[in-house]
Amino acid sequence: MTQLVDIRDLRVDATTDAGRRIEIIKGISLTVAEGEMVALIGESGSGKTTIALSLLGHARDGCRIAGGSILVAGQDMAKLSERERAKLRGTVVSYVPQSAAAAFNPSLRVMDQVIEITRIHRLMPRAEAEARAVALFRALSLPEPERIGARYPHQLSGGQLQRLAAAMALIGDPRLVVFDEPTTALDVTTQIEVLRAIKSVMRGTSAGGVYVSHDLAIVAQVADRIVVLKNGEVQEEGPTAQILSAPRHPYTKALLAAFRPETVPAQPAAPEAEAAAPPVLEVDDVSAGYGWVPGRAMPLIRAVKNVSFRVERGRNIGIIGESGCGKSTLARTIAGIMPACGGGISLEGQRLAPLAAQRSREQLRRLQIVFQSADTALNPAKQIGEIIGRPLTFYQSLRGAAREARVDQLLDMVQLPRPLKHRHAAELSGGQKQRVNLARALAADPSVILCDEITSALDTVVAAAIIELLRELQNGLGLSYVFISHDLPTVQAICNEVVVMRGGEKLEQCLAMQVGDPSGHPYSQLLMASVPRLDPSWLDGLDHHPQLGRAPPG
Amino acid sequence: MHPTLWLMLGHRLLIALLTLVVVSLVVFMATEVLPGDVAQILLGQAATPEAVAGLRTAMHLDDPAFLRFLRWFGGLVTGDLGTSYANNLPITTLIGGRLVSSLKLAGATALFSVPVALTLGITAAMLRGSVYDRAVTVATITVISVPEFMVATSGVLIFAVWLQWLPALSFSRDVQSFGELLRVYAMPVMTLSFVISAQMIRMTRAAVLEALGTPYVEMALLKGASRSRMVLRHALPNAIGPVVNAVALSLSYLLGGVIIVETIFNYPGIAKLMVDAVATRDLPLIQSCAMIFCFVYLLLITTADMVAIISNPKLR
Repeated sequence: MTQLVDIRDLRVDATTDAGRRIEIIKGISLTVAEGEMVALIGESGSGKTTIALSLLGHARDGCRIAGGSILVAGQDMAKLSERERAKLRGTVVSYVPQSAAAAFNPSLRVMDQVIEITRIHRLMPRAEAEARAVALFRALSLPEPERIGARYPHQLSGGQLQRLAAAMALIGDPRLVVFDEPTTALDVTTQIEVLRAIKSVMRGTSAGGVYVSHDLAIVAQVADRIVVLKNGEVQEEGPTAQILSAPRHPYTKALLAAFRPETVPAQPAAPEAEAAAPPVLEVDDVSAGYGWVPGRAMPLIRAVKNVSFRVERGRNIGIIGESGCGKSTLARTIAGIMPACGGGISLEGQRLAPLAAQRSREQLRRLQIVFQSADTALNPAKQIGEIIGRPLTFYQSLRGAAREARVDQLLDMVQLPRPLKHRHAAELSGGQKQRVNLARALAADPSVILCDEITSALDTVVAAAIIELLRELQNGLGLSYVFISHDLPTVQAICNEVVVMRGGEKLEQCLAMQVGDPSGHPYSQLLMASVPRLDPSWLDGLDHHPQLGRAPPG
Repeated sequence: MHPTLWLMLGHRLLIALLTLVVVSLVVFMATEVLPGDVAQILLGQAATPEAVAGLRTAMHLDDPAFLRFLRWFGGLVTGDLGTSYANNLPITTLIGGRLVSSLKLAGATALFSVPVALTLGITAAMLRGSVYDRAVTVATITVISVPEFMVATSGVLIFAVWLQWLPALSFSRDVQSFGELLRVYAMPVMTLSFVISAQMIRMTRAAVLEALGTPYVEMALLKGASRSRMVLRHALPNAIGPVVNAVALSLSYLLGGVIIVETIFNYPGIAKLMVDAVATRDLPLIQSCAMIFCFVYLLLITTADMVAIISNPKLR
């Protein structure tokens, strides 16, 4: 049987800033049969997107297809001229990007972009192309399929744009569709809608697919076969069920193990301790927002509305919700980066001023924050030792050898090698940077650390290691974490209690293990049900779910 | 149209008007602090103190500065720029013809240089890294580094003295035919185009290159779009804001900053008028020229900003 895709010994080079050539894809071979969906799975840097783009004969700036052959429908993308490749793009092989929000031109109406393939390759008259597009919009359950094409990208949501991107890829009736992490940037509930739309529309065509992702559970829903990649090499390859149930390669096993970290037992706090000591952090009826207008007591947009919760010493609280629910604003308000417009925040019984600048140094020291983006939170011009040492000088007046010794200790605590202190942030990996961020927070010797999506930008295995580290640190130091995330399993792995937020309001607070219980808030149940499971029948099984079973509201 | 769009355009316009008022205040105060008593200067060394005092009263020079500013500003708004100290002519008459000449030269230069510069900038971005791109880059940097008097005098030397193709001086009054017009304007326009094109080329190239690096242009590539489609349809519409601003900034130079070119080609423009006014301490004339430069500058920048606002798809 002839294969739709036959990649043989593909090698891709990249030129580093220093001018060195390094091999990022090291002789990969893989095949996709007609109508088959093959998943490429791996962490960042594994080369999965590079392979996906090579299927369209494209290599990003600085990269070069150095060897091997990429047969797509019988044509070798590696050997064709750029003009010949352009002819195949969109007609034989098409691409669904990771962030559709960025992949749509902001100044063109979406219809013009969706049917652009038919214009470029002169496939059909405009009216016919638009009719086809509308049919695809309907198949992808987009709202108002007749009129959605007249909108501009900024008038549409991320989930809608992602489905429009799928329509854009399918308009030219390609034989192969490459999906590059099409749901990674979406909220869990939106992810389900998009995944379902992609799955049903692909079932309706005879096209084959390549699905790139880092998320095993997602891949389990859509792929017939899984290829596990690491460092530009194939680690393991096999049918989906076999990879999930009987992985052979150690890396695949590690991926599966990191997938769902064990959860903390929900030990109730000792009642007498609770009564005696004040809570380490108390958030009382706090509101906050953006758009302060002179002369008005309230900001124009209230992102957090009357949220209250308390954190007992040595216990952790998780704050969970989808993008726009106000969880990060809440963290920034607690940290004093932006002022509350109502309510109060107390740390160990002391009422805190609304802004960090008005708080005492001691109060600042006891409440630290770690940000999501480790890249931008570290000064690129400073050495790591300097970054960690600064709070030591600022809060504890440590200098010279004492400070050096303490920096070493902190690096040990976050399990980084000591020589790393002479490096700059740019030389570190994402996980290492997040550990440095954590060490900087620990340097202040705080009682509470606000963790704002600190694992969201990390690969599964690396994120699991960070969670493990957080737990170990807690045992030794008696810290409390306020752990903000959109990922329910991660929150459950570290927190005793969870606050569920939506639209700036706190919907409910319950023990971490009880989120989504039938007795709880319906939205919590929805969130819980939306968390992808490794079970390949999970997505289809949702058709019978009371909330998710309905056609998506759009 | 989006209501916010009108709001933003109105806001921008209001800021421009406010700036104009502030600038007029600054211009007035700056000429106020110039040393020397105007009445004394006008009447010369031999004047009696009584005559000087009389003239001061007649010219309202003893009034409080604020009153004089109001009177002057009121005149500006109603089109009365006052009377020249040097020759007692109304300033509108003095400036009138000069301003028209200057605008003619600026217009001719803009008509010629803007399309050329934009084409060069866009094509250089399209062919990034090619020999053509490098040639354009080297040429623009060379042109930026060479002072304009050098360009102008070399031009006169080559085209007027050696080749004798073009006249060395530009008196626009003598123009009879279209061919004559081209000959008269050729050299000043060329010199000015050299000076202002460089910045426009560089900014256009940078703006288009930035737009070319975006995910939506890569998406267009993966849809099979040709290079020119990627640039013209996807990159350029999103680069309008910075390009228009670069054009406005470059063009604003054409009115006030062309003194060297006007001097070398003996072109009767407004920049030369202002320098002459400084030499004769003709304060009302200096003020008026300064205000005209500021006004044109503000007009260009405001237009550019408004085009950038309108080209933002989020406000449609």
